[in-house]
Amino acid sequence: MSDDDVNKTEQSPPPAEPEVRERRWHLPLVWIVPLVAVIVGLSMMVRAWQQSGPVIEITFETAEGLKPNQTPVQYRNVVIGNVTGVSLGEARQQVVATVELSKEADAFTREDTRFWVVRPRIGATGISGLGTLFSGDFIAADPGNSSGHAERFEGLESPPPITYGEPGKRFQLQAEDLGSLTIGSPVYYRSVQVGQVVSYQLDKQGNGVNVEVFVSEPHDRFVSGNTRFWNTSGLDLDLGVDGVQVHMQSLVSLVTGGIAFGTPLVNSLDTMGAEEDSRFRLFDDRGTALAPEKGEPERIRMRFAQSLRGLEEGAPVDFQGKNIGEVSRITLDYDESDQTFPVVVDAIMYPKLMGRAYDKFQQSQQSQESQNNGPKPSQSAIRELFETLVGRGLRAEARTANLLTGKLFIALEFYPDADKTNIRRHAQTMVIPTRTTSLDRIQAQLTTLVDRISKIPIESISANLDGSLRDIRQTLTQMNDDVLPASLATLEGIDKLTLAMGEALGSAAEALGEDSPQREQLQQALTEVERMSRSVRSLSDYFRRHPEALIRGRQERQNRDDLRP
Amino acid sequence: MTPPFADELNLRLCHRCKYACSLDRDRHRCSRCNALLHRRKPDAIARTWALLLAAFVFYVPANVLPILRTTALQHDSTTTILGSVVDLWQDGAWDIAVIIFVASVVVPVAKFLILAFLLVTVQRRSRGSCRERTQLYRGLELIGYWSMLDVFVVGLLAALVQFGVLGDIEPRLGILFFGLVVVLTMMATLTFDSRLIWDAVKDER
Repeated sequence: MSDDDVNKTEQSPPPAEPEVRERRWHLPLVWIVPLVAVIVGLSMMVRAWQQSGPVIEITFETAEGLKPNQTPVQYRNVVIGNVTGVSLGEARQQVVATVELSKEADAFTREDTRFWVVRPRIGATGISGLGTLFSGDFIAADPGNSSGHAERFEGLESPPPITYGEPGKRFQLQAEDLGSLTIGSPVYYRSVQVGQVVSYQLDKQGNGVNVEVFVSEPHDRFVSGNTRFWNTSGLDLDLGVDGVQVHMQSLVSLVTGGIAFGTPLVNSLDTMGAEEDSRFRLFDDRGTALAPEKGEPERIRMRFAQSLRGLEEGAPVDFQGKNIGEVSRITLDYDESDQTFPVVVDAIMYPKLMGRAYDKFQQSQQSQESQNNGPKPSQSAIRELFETLVGRGLRAEARTANLLTGKLFIALEFYPDADKTNIRRHAQTMVIPTRTTSLDRIQAQLTTLVDRISKIPIESISANLDGSLRDIRQTLTQMNDDVLPASLATLEGIDKLTLAMGEALGSAAEALGEDSPQREQLQQALTEVERMSRSVRSLSDYFRRHPEALIRGRQERQNRDDLRP
Repeated sequence: MTPPFADELNLRLCHRCKYACSLDRDRHRCSRCNALLHRRKPDAIARTWALLLAAFVFYVPANVLPILRTTALQHDSTTTILGSVVDLWQDGAWDIAVIIFVASVVVPVAKFLILAFLLVTVQRRSRGSCRERTQLYRGLELIGYWSMLDVFVVGLLAALVQFGVLGDIEPRLGILFFGLVVVLTMMATLTFDSRLIWDAVKDER
């Protein structure tokens, strides 16, 4: 290209000058090409360097689904980085995923940022991550709030149920048993899901499980200091004395367990929202959770002389129909004196469950105490109460609560006609006298009835009956032979008489027939009589008005107006 | 005894119409097509070097950057040339892997090496194995455009696989650089003058 400027004349005679003119210094234009290439390459490198964000390392249990350069890191479905390498950890216990975050993802290097792999999983709240079936797994991130930054992170094995910044409150529940609860199990309030289980761990002593739940705003204000939590895990099939009761919160809780909470209506003074991280007890079921406060327990013992099949531990103890306790133990005793096996039933009674009756009694007791100047412990007060009650005929009785299931319960009822006995005391327990069940008594009466029936001399009775029947038959034959012919003759006589009477009646009917002359005459006579009576009446009327007419005779037109009615 | 050179016979080949012009008649222009006459391709060595270097520079991003983005059911993946070769090999399609490897790695690298070797030998005026070097150059011309295979494959795939949500293939920046590499190496091959190989022999004489 350097020798473009040769003379342009065509077919001109060749000049004698040099063959080719060359510039002394020349840089071929072609060098622009590699120069451009280098510039482009450099600019790309610079851009890549400018765009490259922080590089972090995340450790996971397994590298399942993590592929270098393919697995993205996402936050709210926005790609904020990429896995650039996956390698084994130092002790081969973990895998380390090297992640290159984009430049603007600086917030994701905060110390408390959480990372987890999103895979399709069937979790507590249903099936999640189905999209990754097609798109492949990805790492999800939840930026933290901490001010410090880190380069190494521990990846979570499962997605955190609650992401940072979600408004709500966490509460600590103490449960005896975790049941089927898992992280992510729903928390219900009036069957509306308002939160979920965030974490759980065993007590330090191993005596229970601490379950942390999260209740999201604005439902967290329904949790007050008085709120009770209970486990609604699975299907609560309660075959109690009240029959079969099935409690189920939802299908989700059937699979993954669940927690519900509610506030009992009584004493709900503390309606303010509970503090964050407040501690609550996690009850086993709704019934115990919402039951009113029981107060001090009192042990009672009862000895029954009958079989108590159907009585179970936990069966209720009723006082006048009100449940005030439950059976705690059923044991068999042996009575040497009469060689029987009485059943000893231990029960725990909560006098406070008697409600107002208990309060009133305590008040009266206190007033008595103030008079006696000697305060007594409340336990002995209860004992005193029961002493008086037993004195008035309080008896324990095992009754059938449900004929279908045959379950029994203990009823404390008054029987004023019962024999006088005193309450006995065993160290800590009161022994309450018992009474045989009404059903058992009916059974006994039925037995005696059947006994009596079996004593009736049915055979002799039937023999006597047989003889009587024979006599009756004889009498009947006699009647056939003698009485019947005679009565037949009598009947014939009667027949004839009837015929004669019929004739007489026929002639009488003839005489009174419709067109008979006798009847016509009678009618005329009657008409005559009617007319006569009418004139007599008018005459009598006239005389009443004009009695003087009897003497003076009738005066015409004198007082015509008087005649008018 | 080698045959005489064109110079010695006062002849010059027209680059355009390959007419052997006699310098006695016209010293500057082809007497047949009126193109400018050069003894050798002008600045052949410098131009070839320049183009070769440019191609080499572009060869780096062509290999580092992805050439393809495959979207299949939201599964996004980008592939580099070597990555695709490895993937194909691992998937058992070793034949295709070999083809792609040869077309996109062996051939360009071979071109770089051969051209560089020819340039160096020419500049050093080596006299040995001129025939073989010329054969190498002929081979270079022959295989040059086969490197475009990759570009064609990507172009075809991107044009054919457009199933929206189900699957999508898009070309990525890498393939552009790769295409540039191929074009630049071909240009470098063209600007190189194979007669330079023999010039050393003439000088010796």
